[in-house]
Amino acid sequence: MTPNVTPDLPPPVLKFENVSVSFDGQTALDDVSFEVREGDTRILFGAAGSGKTVLLKAALGLARPDRGHIFVFGRDITLLKESQLSDIRSKVGMLFQESALFDSMTIEENVAYPLFNQKAIHCEAEEGHRKVVDALRFVELENTLAKFPSELSGGMRRRAAIARAVVTAPPLLLYDSPTAGLDPITANNIIALIVKARDASRTTTLMVTHRYQDGNLVAKFRYNLEDGRLEPVAGRDPGFDASTRFMVFKEGRLIFDGPQGELEESSDPYISKFVLKRD
Amino acid sequence: MFEFLKAPILTVQEFFILAGQALRNVVRTPHYTQDIFLQMDIIGVGSLPIVILTGFFSGAVLALQMSRALSEYGQVGRTGQVVAITLVRELGPVLTALMVAGRNSSGIASELGSMKVTEQIDAMRALGTDPIQKLVTPRLIATCAMLPLLTVIADFVGMFGGSVVAAMINIPSKQYWTSVWRALEWSDVVQGLMKPFCFAFAIALVGCYYGLRTSGGTQGVGRATTQAVVVASVLVFILTFFITKIFVSGVVNI
Repeated sequence: MTPNVTPDLPPPVLKFENVSVSFDGQTALDDVSFEVREGDTRILFGAAGSGKTVLLKAALGLARPDRGHIFVFGRDITLLKESQLSDIRSKVGMLFQESALFDSMTIEENVAYPLFNQKAIHCEAEEGHRKVVDALRFVELENTLAKFPSELSGGMRRRAAIARAVVTAPPLLLYDSPTAGLDPITANNIIALIVKARDASRTTTLMVTHRYQDGNLVAKFRYNLEDGRLEPVAGRDPGFDASTRFMVFKEGRLIFDGPQGELEESSDPYISKFVLKRD
Repeated sequence: MFEFLKAPILTVQEFFILAGQALRNVVRTPHYTQDIFLQMDIIGVGSLPIVILTGFFSGAVLALQMSRALSEYGQVGRTGQVVAITLVRELGPVLTALMVAGRNSSGIASELGSMKVTEQIDAMRALGTDPIQKLVTPRLIATCAMLPLLTVIADFVGMFGGSVVAAMINIPSKQYWTSVWRALEWSDVVQGLMKPFCFAFAIALVGCYYGLRTSGGTQGVGRATTQAVVVASVLVFILTFFITKIFVSGVVNI
């Protein structure tokens, strides 16, 4: 199964090896294998309940596999105890589906939370505040420091949650349905932020979504650091195209793993439902 | 064959695992002192009004009922004694615990339950915090510290309620308070403080347990809240029976 890799390549950032996860006798992930290299982007499609969220949670050690192994930054997290996972988790940022901001804390406390609670990260109060302001400026929310999550709109909460995920500058970012329940304009802004977070520091990115436009934007656009806007790159930079792959899940199984072109040409009725055809 | 026993035994096992982890965290770092004080305020100070109200009226109604019953034997003067013993040994701890169970087991279960269904518990783990350390242990410590204090207040307010009734039926205030004072022994006080301490474990841990295992969205939160109140209240009655039994049979001699 492993592709031919040249020996000087670093180990994959994330690797699933025949992973199966089940809850209360129901299979959520069934024999899933794939690997993600540094700087790669993965876009995960699938119907509700096809195991995409479970996959992201398994990558963080929040859901334990029944079978198989998961390697994050080269370490097999299935062998680690909960208390030993903090080191790995401090290197992974995750955006949860409904943002999962802590209701009892202000936006500043929420975004600062990983800085002061991750054991592997040591951060002074002053430096922490600066990083929080930077992260919130990144998502254009620097005026909401003292507000509570309930005072923000859905899109703003999602942005604040992105700030919390990127505040520690993790080398791996996981996004669980970042645009679910948002209007198209807000959704595009969120995707732009994801592309920006990816390209500002070549972060390895996994994004679960059910909107093809989201995947298309992430695969075809690049954030231009100079003029601060997204620009299309598809076709012009073959290396960039190759770094983005699409995966499709069906009932816990990985049924497609390949580049965008292959995805669009697929004749599988389930897969083609996720692809927005352009006539 | 005993398939039907699996689920309840699993529940008990999970409950005791949670209790063990919560207790172990009492002596482990990091300590979330701020959360402990916040919970003390919510559970202790927040419950004060209802505890005072229930304490006052339960003492008053006890005095009313007992004075009537005692008058048949010409012993109305002993009303204070009966009120004091019943309140300190039984009614004070149990009524206070039931009030706090209704107010805080449900509060804890719904708060943790909503956090669970909105993935905040997962987020907490992902961001490097043990949810048991951060959420369960502070609530356990706060309840264990506040419930005995609330019970003391309820006992006293109850006796005061009794004295108001006593005054209404022409028992001299001095006689009432003297019989109250004479009636109480150390073992009553110990029993009366042991009970709320044990109830506190049941109230806090049952609330946390049902909250943390919530599933199924907002409907699940409602279910968890109801279950927590029911189980915590029933446990209070079961525990009070066994603690009383231990004291009555003289296992504990003071």
